[in-house]
Amino acid sequence: MSRLGLPTMTLPPQLRGRPAKAVGVAVLVLFLYALPLLDLPIVTTPDSDFGGVLYTMATYVLVALGLNIVIGYAGLLDLGYVGFYAIGAYVTAVLGVQHGHWPYLLTIPVAVAVTMLSGVILGAPTLRVRGDYLAIVTLGFGEIIRLSAKNSDWLGGARGIQNVPKPPSVHLFDVPHLKWENGTVLVDVTNKTQAFVFGFVDYVPYYWMALTVVFIVLIADMLIKSSRVGRAWEATREDEDVAEVMGVPTFRYKLLAFAMGAFVGGLSGSISAAGANFIYPDSYQITVSVIFVAAVVIGGQGNRWGVMLGAALVVYLPERFRGLEEYRILMFGIALMLLATFRPQGLLPPRVTRRAKALERDLEDLETGEEPQEVTS
Amino acid sequence: MHTKHTLRTLAVVAAAGLALTACGTTSSSSTAGDSGSNCPAGLKIAFLGAQTGDYANLGINISNGANVALDDYTKAHSDCKVTMQKYDSQGDPNQATKLATQIIQDKSIVGVVGPAFSGESGATGDAFNGAGLVTVSASATDPALTTHGWTTFHRVVATDADQAPQDAKYIKDTLSAKKVFVIDDSSEYGKGLADGVRKGLGNLVTGSDAVQQKQTDFSATVTKVTSSGADAVFYGGYYAEAGLLIKQLKAAGYKGAFMSGDGSLDPGFIQAAGADAANGAILTCPCAPSTADFTKKYKADNNNAEPGTYSAEGYDSANILLNGIAAGKTSRSSLLDYVNSYDQDGLTKHIKFDNGDVSTVVIYAYKVSGGKIQPGTPIK
Amino acid sequence: MHPLALNFDFLFSNFSQLTVTGLALGAVYAMVALGYTMVYGVLQLINFAHSEVFMYGTFATLWTVYFMGGTARTSGFALARMLTVAMVIAMIVSALVALLLERVAYRPLLKRNSPQLMALISAIGASFVLSETMGLRDNITRWLGLNDNFSRYVSGARDTRGLPMDIQTHQLFPIGNYHVTNIDLIVICCALLMMLLLDQFVRRSRLGRGIRAVAQDPESAALMGVNSTRVVQLTFLLGGLMAGAAATLYMLRIGATRFDAGFILGVKAFTAAVMGGIGNLRGALVGGLVLGVAENWGSALVGTQWKDVVAFVLLVVILLFRPTGILGESLGKARV
Repeated sequence: MSRLGLPTMTLPPQLRGRPAKAVGVAVLVLFLYALPLLDLPIVTTPDSDFGGVLYTMATYVLVALGLNIVIGYAGLLDLGYVGFYAIGAYVTAVLGVQHGHWPYLLTIPVAVAVTMLSGVILGAPTLRVRGDYLAIVTLGFGEIIRLSAKNSDWLGGARGIQNVPKPPSVHLFDVPHLKWENGTVLVDVTNKTQAFVFGFVDYVPYYWMALTVVFIVLIADMLIKSSRVGRAWEATREDEDVAEVMGVPTFRYKLLAFAMGAFVGGLSGSISAAGANFIYPDSYQITVSVIFVAAVVIGGQGNRWGVMLGAALVVYLPERFRGLEEYRILMFGIALMLLATFRPQGLLPPRVTRRAKALERDLEDLETGEEPQEVTS
Repeated sequence: MHTKHTLRTLAVVAAAGLALTACGTTSSSSTAGDSGSNCPAGLKIAFLGAQTGDYANLGINISNGANVALDDYTKAHSDCKVTMQKYDSQGDPNQATKLATQIIQDKSIVGVVGPAFSGESGATGDAFNGAGLVTVSASATDPALTTHGWTTFHRVVATDADQAPQDAKYIKDTLSAKKVFVIDDSSEYGKGLADGVRKGLGNLVTGSDAVQQKQTDFSATVTKVTSSGADAVFYGGYYAEAGLLIKQLKAAGYKGAFMSGDGSLDPGFIQAAGADAANGAILTCPCAPSTADFTKKYKADNNNAEPGTYSAEGYDSANILLNGIAAGKTSRSSLLDYVNSYDQDGLTKHIKFDNGDVSTVVIYAYKVSGGKIQPGTPIK
Repeated sequence: MHPLALNFDFLFSNFSQLTVTGLALGAVYAMVALGYTMVYGVLQLINFAHSEVFMYGTFATLWTVYFMGGTARTSGFALARMLTVAMVIAMIVSALVALLLERVAYRPLLKRNSPQLMALISAIGASFVLSETMGLRDNITRWLGLNDNFSRYVSGARDTRGLPMDIQTHQLFPIGNYHVTNIDLIVICCALLMMLLLDQFVRRSRLGRGIRAVAQDPESAALMGVNSTRVVQLTFLLGGLMAGAAATLYMLRIGATRFDAGFILGVKAFTAAVMGGIGNLRGALVGGLVLGVAENWGSALVGTQWKDVVAFVLLVVILLFRPTGILGESLGKARV
């Protein structure tokens, strides 16, 4: 353990692998990259461009990973996460076209840094107040960001910022899409994705970019969660007073969680701006924050796979069932209520919950005199 | 254990899937031929705009107008069938971009009626331009849309940059107002229009304020208006807020004139304001009032619905595309050329495009009286 | 307008008008805030769907007026009678919606001891379901085949729907250079009266003591024989009644409503509840009035487009200096 108290990074259990597992993961990763090209019959969204849908799904998954750190790991209810998302997008746009001509890739580190700074500025005063008040304060923060952007001509006002810079295009090769006709698979040479050209119609390269970032953040997330920082968060979340007594500087770790959440939020905002052509303040309303929170909690807050699934579903389902446009929000509401009632731990509950439940079961068994069952990890 | 088993199965399935894809290739299958005079099967035009959601009204007004044009075309040209496929964006630019990709990839679509809103038009303009797919909008009034160099973007209405000076002229000359208070709703459209009016009025402007969309209590703004002694108020924004605003103004004793733009031209304005408060309001629009003839056809084709704002322009937009198809321009490139060189009378005005903008500019003033919006007259 | 150009001149010369209308606006916030603060005090739960309870009250007001034959010509005593009946009906409707909410969206979760956040998710879901049901009412009635009878009630489902009559404002007495209108007076007095009644009820009645007991310590309260389910139901009921009354007062001032009218007002009301001290009934009153006035003053100083920013910044500042809100938290304590 480092003497400075910095988290030491050891390879988390998930990555200490056996060869078979590695191959399986590699195939899965390849499959995900190939997904928009495969045009699978049921999975592909018929009325909406699947590449574009996947791109949005990937950015939302990124958001969910970031928000999971705040809500899931550190237990802080953030109802204004869209603010970070907006800051990331706006910094990219401002540097790239509004007040500068930076190339897209250079705007990302600045976007992320600015967002992180705003996370610290927001967190420093507000994390000291009661945890439950955090919800309304963060909600207010999200609104302040949106309204400030809307009312400032410097940030483009209500019109927003046009021609947001795109990642540099380099045309290496063409990849044809597949086409399914009556059960046989054919290669459709008229429908090609140009790798890696970032244009206005084909969203597949954007999806690949976003997916790559997701994998990077995922690995970082696994490293951090299994380190000392992750354990400090868990302690803070479960019982803050006890954690303090045990020597965990809870305020500092909460602020760190906020800052990391802001980091990922800004990153995903910047990524989403790339394919957006133009960004405008009213696309960052409270409702979007609510959807972010819903995605995280539905999936199983604290479980990174769960929140990724939750985010993917939240984007995918309305696009897949486009015929029912009008009832989208109604069905979303019903789904939330059903989930909360019948599966309150989320779709994929975090390991801790499973361990805790198993422990509870064992204790009960001990009390009633039955044989304790094997603890499943 | 569980995960290992699942991964193994997944690996096998994936490998099998990849193997199957090596099966065959398709030859390119295009539907719209490049020659001018034949009529390919399954020819389509697309409508892109709101059909559901909070802005459904406006989108439906336009698509209904387009329905009438399609009906007229079908009656006259039963030999070449054309259908209109509607893409519902709910007025959201983010949805519109994905739908634009769908439209572009459907090769049987040779022209687009819409996009309905300026936001959607801005978001999809580059895509349509790159694909060479012609779009004719009935209602996208943002002046900046024709500054991007898109050869495919066209609109059959005057822009906000035309509407604002005419509104200012009306306030100065017809209303003879001496002190005008200008309010906008902070939206791109509302602020753009109001700023144009502010410029046109110069120092007749006695005060300014900016409210929010979905706002319902305007007591601070009303205070500003009454204390400024204004005898005319111009509001740049949409009908829900405009209606509540005029109602609260009148309740506070305001006796002056009230004017607003095409965003307020909707029966919802009278609903929100109440018939008494709404009376006397002037609502301007680049859209023309519907003739009795058109109204009859509209009701017959659309389940007895009344034509609304931009319905007639919806007819004109679709009609341009359908005229082109009737003239044998059944490929995207030939239809685009046709529209770019179009020079004919439409239902609402003479239509000729200059860099996407229609060259005839006319703004109508609609007065509210007797609890209804009366047919508009052009502002001279 | 540059945000830093503070227009103090305008604020001072129109001080009474801005303040009185701000109080009327704040009175509505305060009554809705009561619902948030009580549920939070008893359950530590943010009742996200309370805004829809309010919204249904506004429609109940509107539809009662339609049903009683209100037209643009209705005025005077007939109008007053109509609106009083509408208020009673709105209170009942809102209370019923609140009880339904409790039964469907919260009780199943509370029984299973679900995590806090899941109750919030259920609340969010319920909020969407309630507002969308109102927003899709024309589709729903069409589906049920009831279209023609109710077209006046269900048409324009996503649009603003207004009262058929204009409620005439009469200027009553001057404060400063502003003449207080009858509507201002009715709204502020009505709100204060109802809150006083609620306050007395919670402080003095047996049921009220039950509420305070469960808020303070649910387990001891159960041991002392307080039926916590009944208490929770009562809390929701009272919040609903207040929201329904607020809804009619809102219709009196604004005159129109929409299916999503609850959302923004709900956020503001919750902000007011936190500002005043969450869980504190008098805090909800103070918070609501402060927020209403602050919005108007903020609009006067920096322009209406910044008023929400002013409101949230004010919230943060208040919490920084008084972390438990203006009057502090206290539903659980004896001194409410």
